[in-house]
This record gives sequence, structure tokens and C-alpha cells, in this order.
Amino acid sequence: MSIKRRTFLQGTMAGSVIGVAASAGLLSPRTVLAAWPQAAFDSENVAGAMKGLFSSETAADGDITIKAPDIAENGAVVPITVTSGIKGIETMALIVEKNPRPLAASFDMSPTTEGYVSTRVKMGKTSKLIAVVKAGGKLYSASKEVKVTIGGCGG
Amino acid sequence: MASKSIRIRAKAEGASTEVKALISHEMETGLRVDKKTGEKVPAHFIKEVVCEHNGKTILTAEWSVAISKNPYLSFKFTGGKAGDDVKISWVDNKDDRDSETAKIS
Repeated sequence: MSIKRRTFLQGTMAGSVIGVAASAGLLSPRTVLAAWPQAAFDSENVAGAMKGLFSSETAADGDITIKAPDIAENGAVVPITVTSGIKGIETMALIVEKNPRPLAASFDMSPTTEGYVSTRVKMGKTSKLIAVVKAGGKLYSASKEVKVTIGGCGG
Repeated sequence: MASKSIRIRAKAEGASTEVKALISHEMETGLRVDKKTGEKVPAHFIKEVVCEHNGKTILTAEWSVAISKNPYLSFKFTGGKAGDDVKISWVDNKDDRDSETAKIS
């Protein structure tokens, strides 16, 4: 009993140390948000992002539409809307192929959530936007090329 | 904590409800160089946004620094009706967080 209590105390101590380190920005806050896919977001190429997020690099063509400007004058704010008629979407991911870290966002959806997401992303330079949808354990993707005249990655 | 960082508009049209949200946040990439000091500005960005309908999670967004400053998010779901609660909360990489609840109109 007392040993268990000791282990428990040590556990909480270690936990709080990690918490402090994380809030100081020393550790990546993987410990704070268990769901945040660190490896996928850290990846510097599309294949790594796909693998980190979906454990697979390949996706079939599917009923996915990407709405984004053909030419974005300001890469810091590129509006993008993804719609999909695929049933039972579990996850929708947005990837900007030529960004330093391609994975921009991942959306986990409930059964009542429709296949529709709209947001604004940063694009460092002209690149393909890739939308990946996971539904029923299968992967589908679509892409669209967006030309960027001024980059949005702080350069 | 900075309150009112989130603005939500939720509108039901038939079976479908469209939620639009605007969040005030720097979304600093960690790549930008401060012109005065010549040093890189540390990354500061929202990592996770959770959207709930009457207490049930309907969308969890995991974001990177590639989401634009003052993020905009819009999504749709079925089963919502006027008067229902839509709650949106975010947490960033410095563990700052905020949440806001709005009624569907």
C-alpha cells in the first residue's frame, strides 16, 4: 500500500515538472494535449505528415471539392473551403505541399458533422493544397494548385 | 485570460446548422524575425479547437502554425435547432485557453 502511494506521489511530481517545463516552452506540449499529432505536424514532407496522421501515405481519389483562389495575392491569408459528399467522415486534413511543415490542420468529426470545413491558411509559396478525408477506415484525397504572389511564412 | 477572443454565429437552416467562428489570436509561426531585435519571434499558435453542440463534441480541430492570424473556422452539422448551445473552446501552445457559448438562431 505504502509503495503504491509512493509511486503515485512520484508520478504526480514528475507530471507537474513536465507541466512546468511545457508551459515554459521547453517541451513540446504533447503532454498537455494527448490528441495533437506531434509527429505529423513536425514532418517536413507530405508523406511524413500522412504517415503520422493516418499511418498510410496513399489515398484514393474521392468526392472532395477544394474551393480556394487560383491566385492568392497574400499568402498569409488564403481562404480554403473543403466539401465532401463521402459518408461517415472521421477526419479531414488540410495539407499545403510546399510549406516548411506541410500539415496545416486536421479536423476530427462526429457522425452528425457534415463534410464541410472552411478556414484560412498561410502559404509560403505557390503550392498544391491537398485535402485528405478518412472515412470508414479508407483514405481519399483531392488537390488544387494555388499560386502565391507574396508568401505568408514570415520571410 | 483574454476573454471574448471568440465570436460565434450559428444558424440553423432546415436540418443543417452552419457555425462560423472568428478567434482573435496572433498565430505566430516561430519563423518570423523581429526587425528590431533580429531574433526569431517564438511560435505562439492555437493547437486545438473543440466545438460542442449541447455538450456533445462535434468537431475537434488540430491546428499548426499554418492557420492564418485571427483564425476563421466554419463547419456544418445536422441535428441542431434554434436555441441549442454551441460551445467553442481553444487551447494554444502556451496553454492559454478560452471558450465561448452561443445559441443557434
